Order: sequence, then C-alpha cells, then structure tokens
Amino acid sequence: MTRKTVKVDVLARVEGEGALKVVLRDGKVESAEFNIFEPPRFFEAFLRGRHFVETPDIVARICGICPIAYQMSGVHALENLLGVKVEGPLRDLRRLIYCGEWIESHVLHIYMLHAPDFLGYDGGVQMARDHGDAVKRGLQLKKVGNEILQLLGGREIHPVNVRVGGFHRAPRKRELAPLAEKLKWAREAALETARWVATFDFPERERDYTFVTLRHPDEYPFNEGRIVSNKGLDISAAEYDAHFEETHVAHSTALHSHLRDGGGAYLTGPMARYNLAFEQLSALAKETAREIGLGESCRNPYRSIMVRAVETIYACDEALRVIENYEQPDRPFVPVEPRAGVGHAATEAPRGMLYHRYQIDDAGTIADAQIVPPTSQNQACLEEDLIDIIGGFSDLPHKELQYRCEQTVRNYDPCISCATHFLKLEIDRG
Amino acid sequence: MTQGRVVVIGVGNLDRGDDAAGREVARRLRAAGERHAEILELEGEATGILAALEKAETAFLVDACFSGAPAGAIHRFDAAEGLPAHTNFSLSSHGFGLAEAVELAKALGALPLRCIVYAIEGESFEISKPVSAAVTRAIEEVAMHVRDEIHALLRRE
Repeated sequence: MTRKTVKVDVLARVEGEGALKVVLRDGKVESAEFNIFEPPRFFEAFLRGRHFVETPDIVARICGICPIAYQMSGVHALENLLGVKVEGPLRDLRRLIYCGEWIESHVLHIYMLHAPDFLGYDGGVQMARDHGDAVKRGLQLKKVGNEILQLLGGREIHPVNVRVGGFHRAPRKRELAPLAEKLKWAREAALETARWVATFDFPERERDYTFVTLRHPDEYPFNEGRIVSNKGLDISAAEYDAHFEETHVAHSTALHSHLRDGGGAYLTGPMARYNLAFEQLSALAKETAREIGLGESCRNPYRSIMVRAVETIYACDEALRVIENYEQPDRPFVPVEPRAGVGHAATEAPRGMLYHRYQIDDAGTIADAQIVPPTSQNQACLEEDLIDIIGGFSDLPHKELQYRCEQTVRNYDPCISCATHFLKLEIDRG
Repeated sequence: MTQGRVVVIGVGNLDRGDDAAGREVARRLRAAGERHAEILELEGEATGILAALEKAETAFLVDACFSGAPAGAIHRFDAAEGLPAHTNFSLSSHGFGLAEAVELAKALGALPLRCIVYAIEGESFEISKPVSAAVTRAIEEVAMHVRDEIHALLRRE
C-alpha cells in the first residue's frame, strides 16, 4: 500500500491563515482537512449587551474586505425582528452598496488571488510583471467598487453610513452621476475580464453539488429572498436553524455547516447563485456567459473564476440601473423602535450566503447573536471537493498535486478571517 | 505644496493591539495640523495601498511589523531598495498587505519617486487589546520623524 500526504502548512493567496492536509492511499484520497487556525474573534460575544443600533458598526469590523455583507445581514435581521420594511430608493441603495462590495471582492479574488493559478505564477505580484495591463485593468475596476462603498458607506474602512432602517444620509442624485460614468467603463472592463479568464486552461472536473442560495421572484439574489437549494429546499431565513446545523471539528477553529437530516455538505456563493438564478442576471451578463462558453449552469469549481467575472458584469449593470432610476428619498431611513424578539436574515455576501440571528429585549439590548459566514458553510463542501476531485488527479507529481489542492481551495475564495469562531468550551464532569 | 503630492499612509487595525501603530501615527500627524501632506488611514489590503500611492511623488508608509526586534524598535526602509524578507508587515489577517503593495507598485512601475516605509516593532497583536507602552512611545517618535522629513523636503524646494 502506498501512502502519500500532501501537506500545505500555510496556504498562500487565501484570506486569513489556514492549512491543508490531504492523505492518499493507493491513489485514493483517504482524508482531506482544510485547517483553519486563525485565532477566534469573539464577535458574537462582543454583540451581547450592546444596543441593537450599534450592530452595523460592530459587525462591519468583522471583515475589512466585505463589511457591507455583515452590515446588510445584520440590519435585515434586526428589521425582520422589529417588523420594519425598507423599500423604494433605500432598498435600491442597499443593492447599490452591495454591488460595490461584489465588484471589489470578486475583482480582488479574480486578479490577485486566483488568476495566477491558471497562468502559472506564485502570486499576483509576479503575474503583474508579465501581465501589467491586465492587472492595471483589475485594479482600476476594483477601485470603482470601492468608490461606491466610499460614497454610500461614508468612508473606505469600516463604513459608517448604514443603519437599521436605512442610511444615516442618502446621497443626492447628482452625487451619483460621476459614479455612473465610471461604472460604464467598469462594465466594459468586467466584460474584458470575463473574456480574459475564459482563455485560461481549466481542469475538467465536475461534482453534483447541493447549491444553496437566496431566491427572490424578480431579482438576482442580494439582500433578501427565500433560502433554496437545487435539491428541494425552500425555506425562510427564520427557518435556517431548523434546516442547517453547525458542528465543531477538531482541526478547525471555524464551525462546519451541514444540512440537517443527512442533507450533508452544500455549496453557497457565486456558483450556487449562478446555477439557481441564471435567468435573473442582466442581459449583458447572460450574453457574455454564453459567449465565453459558460452555459446556463456550471458544476466545474475551477470555472468559478468565470462565474465571478459574469457576476461582476451583473453588479456593474445593476449599479447603473439603480443610479439611473434613483430619486433621493424624503428621509434616509425608516424609524425603528425596539421591541423584544428574535430576528433572522440571510444575504448574499460575495463569497456566499451570510446568515445572522439576533435576540433583543424590550430596551433594544442584544441578548444573543449568531453569525454564520459563507466560508464556514462551504468548509465541508470544500473538503468533499478535495476528496472527490483530487482523487482524479492523484497521478500528478507531488508538486503539481499540491498546487492543484491549493487551487481547489482557492476556487472557494475562502475568507478564513471571517470564518473563525470561538469554540464552545464543553466540560464533561462525569 | 510645490514638491508634488506627498501622502502619509498609516496602515493597521485599530482593534488589534500594536497593529494600530501606523494609523496612530497618521492620527498624531493630523492632530498636529500637518498641512503639507495628505494623510490617509488604511487597513492594509495591498490594492488599497497601491491606489493610495497613485499620483504621489513622495509617500510615507507607516505600519506595525514583527521581525523579532525589541518592542517599539523603529525601522526605516527606502521601498525602492526593497523591504527585508524577514520582517512581517501588517498583521492583516488577509495576508496581502504592505509588502505586497510595494512589490506590486514596483512591478507596475507605480512606485512613487520617494517611498519611505517606517515600521514599528509590535509585541502584542491581540484583538481588542490597547497599544503597548513601548509602541506608544515609538508612535510619537515616528510621527516626529515623518513630520521632519516632510519639512526637510519643503526646505529643499
């Protein structure tokens, strides 16, 4: 019996610190562990005892890359609890700010973290020496996403303009006009990005994933909708805990999510959204997807870089739609009053579904909070990919196999920084 | 300002102990009314730093680092000459920070004419912990050095 171990002590080009261990026996993957050893971050505990209105500012600090996703899930969960509905231009502004974050996050991943895998570079810096024009295009494109965040979020780091019920300040129509011009350029750049990544050489592997995403009757999923899967799941966010469970595993400080009752691992994120909501993409995004050979569904995880590029086109289109239709609202927020209860929401962070649950008392103090980021939800699926997919590449020389393993992890754009939770301390006193 | 755009970029996370050093330097300079430079604070993601360097003729990048030197030690590097490999800049948990920004700027020919990196040796990068005493002293000192360097540039005009 031959036994081979592929060990990557510190994974490069993923956000946060993680490692990987894959054990092969006779060419078959025996086990795969995606190790998360980033220190715990205690955010759920930080929230307890704070007033609910502080939530957007606290959760924005969970991630420097995707603060909006945390803010959006947080405010939606609290509005759900308080019985508040945010509609019209304020709702549209939320889609707009989310577009900014999708553009930023997708483009950073495509150009700096994932493309080097396909072009044979150790990283974005090395790639930039030979592909300077492409990298400059990516950086410029990312900046447009950043400008949306800056304008609507109030500042670049840890946006402060989002509040429960809407925004502290709504932009004037004329403030958005310069953004529209930049977005028109960005849409072209996103189109070029899609055509560029389509030229990469993709390993041909597919899996029968359980895709989980939000579904809205009229829109490509961002802020709200029912939680659905391609295997029959169709629930409200309030039913999340009844259908999903998080478990501790010894090798990780992040929790593993599964569907209850043997539903197993599931995939959330761009691939899930794309497969379940293709029809709701903009006309240009759909047309481009067809042009670059992606088709209406995609089960090859290595092609997720193409899906991200198509979603970037969509985000530019959607941002332009919002700006063109925007009329400044009379008031930037809907008033909210505290009342005791529990509220739930899920939104679509760039990397996938992000679920929040809050319990508050009559005074508005948070008694309990639960935050399940996409990387935790995808972790079990990622390990299944390593077992299933890497099994097909076990004949590769060690170094290439190791690289393929790392590439497989990067397909997910995991944000280990976000995924890390404090482990519950369990004491068995016999 | 006649010597081209001068930027000071303080990098770090205010909620992570000594990692706040770079941003605290930026805040000291702003509080002291430094008018000859644009003062920015960033969390440390490389492409954000790169964007901030754009169109600057002179840039001062200030960040916390960990190289094994005593806490509060101040290192000064000229980015054009390269940053030492054994020094970890920015405890950004995203792993794509100041050193990568400098390398990326070089690869793209976008490094400002003068780009000086000040790194302050940190000792504790724990979440929600305050900046240590040794690093607090270094923050004051670096703010003074950066201000002196900016003013020396002005005098040279």
